[in-house]
Amino acid sequence: MKRRRFVQGAAALALLGVRPAQAALPTIPSLDAWLAGRAPRFERIKLSIPALADNGFAVPMRVIVDGPFAPGPHVKSIRLFSETNPVSDMAIFEFPVPIERVEVESRIRLAGTQQVVAVAEMTDGRVYAMATEVIVTLAGCMDGT
Amino acid sequence: MLRSLALVAACVAAIAAHGQQRPIATDALRSGLAYVGADVRAMQADDLANPGFLWVQRGEALFTENCASCHRDAASMRGVAARYPAYDASSSSVLDIEARIDQCRTQRQRKPAFGRESDDLLALATFVTHQSRGMPINVSIDGPARESFARGEAFYRQRHGQMNLACTNCHDQNYGKRLYTETMSQGHGSAFPAYRLEWQALGSLQRRLRACLFGVRAEMPRPGAPELTDVELYLAWRANGLPVESPGVRR
Amino acid sequence: MMEARINVPAKVARNEPFEVRLQIRHAMETGYRTDDTGKAIPRNVVRNVTCRYNGDVVFAAQLSSGIAANPYLRFFVTARSSGELVFEWVDDAGVRVTERAPVIVA
Repeated sequence: MKRRRFVQGAAALALLGVRPAQAALPTIPSLDAWLAGRAPRFERIKLSIPALADNGFAVPMRVIVDGPFAPGPHVKSIRLFSETNPVSDMAIFEFPVPIERVEVESRIRLAGTQQVVAVAEMTDGRVYAMATEVIVTLAGCMDGT
Repeated sequence: MLRSLALVAACVAAIAAHGQQRPIATDALRSGLAYVGADVRAMQADDLANPGFLWVQRGEALFTENCASCHRDAASMRGVAARYPAYDASSSSVLDIEARIDQCRTQRQRKPAFGRESDDLLALATFVTHQSRGMPINVSIDGPARESFARGEAFYRQRHGQMNLACTNCHDQNYGKRLYTETMSQGHGSAFPAYRLEWQALGSLQRRLRACLFGVRAEMPRPGAPELTDVELYLAWRANGLPVESPGVRR
Repeated sequence: MMEARINVPAKVARNEPFEVRLQIRHAMETGYRTDDTGKAIPRNVVRNVTCRYNGDVVFAAQLSSGIAANPYLRFFVTARSSGELVFEWVDDAGVRVTERAPVIVA
């Protein structure tokens, strides 16, 4: 059961293309304000977004924080930030109850080619982060319908 | 020798039955899925992630409420959409699924039409078409449908708009090539009604055709215009054999 | 009517994380679009989504215009015993929706 889940997960992750993590974050004012001087560690959190988005209106996103967690600190929340969208705070996923599998998938809107940042906050205050660049282009034809 | 003769005879008979050869040979037919990115393919493949099912679900509720008294259940709709657009004797015209549903509504149920492109009609059309998912498109262009088919083919081959492009220029002559960053498809309607990411919603094949015409800077026929149904019929014939995919997901 | 689709496995194992899928029909209007007369269409997005298991919030999401239309969420929760997942969300217009899904612990 566990092995099948791992294989499924690995195959699905390959589809979304986990790319080598960057060790720096783009400048995003609301992200810097929230970090309030804390230095994030670039490990443990995996943000998967296709390198080239089919359409900026709906870009698949998956974020995973690697366990195990118990008995130590667990994930309190995961925040998503956009580098160049008009609204930089994209989403906050909260985990009020400890859980061993911290994995969230959704679809995001990206206004253009940019970096997206995922930050996980642990119950002990530790912060993990990952940034990934996504290329977003316009549609080939205009649609007036 | 005899067997190959028989094979040739069968092919000739098949071509004669259609009256003409299709622009894309059967074994070269490819769903639009072959021309989108992996994430769009994945979105369509997973029924739990495919946003089109929000409309299928709504359509199911509408079907139960409005149609089940005569049509019993969803299973009774299996195979129907694969044969549409189809000639309807009572109106002496070719109807697509949306028109057929609204005809039932107004003529048999004596209720106000849902209306072209209305959310309810879209949901119902998607639900009905979805019952044929996986089945090969199998429309007839024989007899009274022939005129509509001929008009549809003419429209498809005619240049439109400021860009002076005909459907065939892209979808027969240049499929697989890039239009900006997108790869052009063969232009089949087999995934429709489909969730289009650009629309952020599910929409009909007619909407997609109108969008393409807008794209070549042509005046769009109004939704429900007869020329759009003609083109729908031509496209379905051109795609005969491809499986119905609705609700598809496209860019 | 805000159509929604929720998927929870038919049976789950005690204390083992199981997958929850939620899809909400909602335009997630960004507030940056204009209508045909040029007037701005006001922002209306699904703001808060909560998932409660037997009364306790086990997952919550605060969304924004940066989340795609017809928001889709896939996440994991665990259950100690059979019960009910209650989903609740509200949008900028104040429309509040509650949906339920049973959880059967095998």
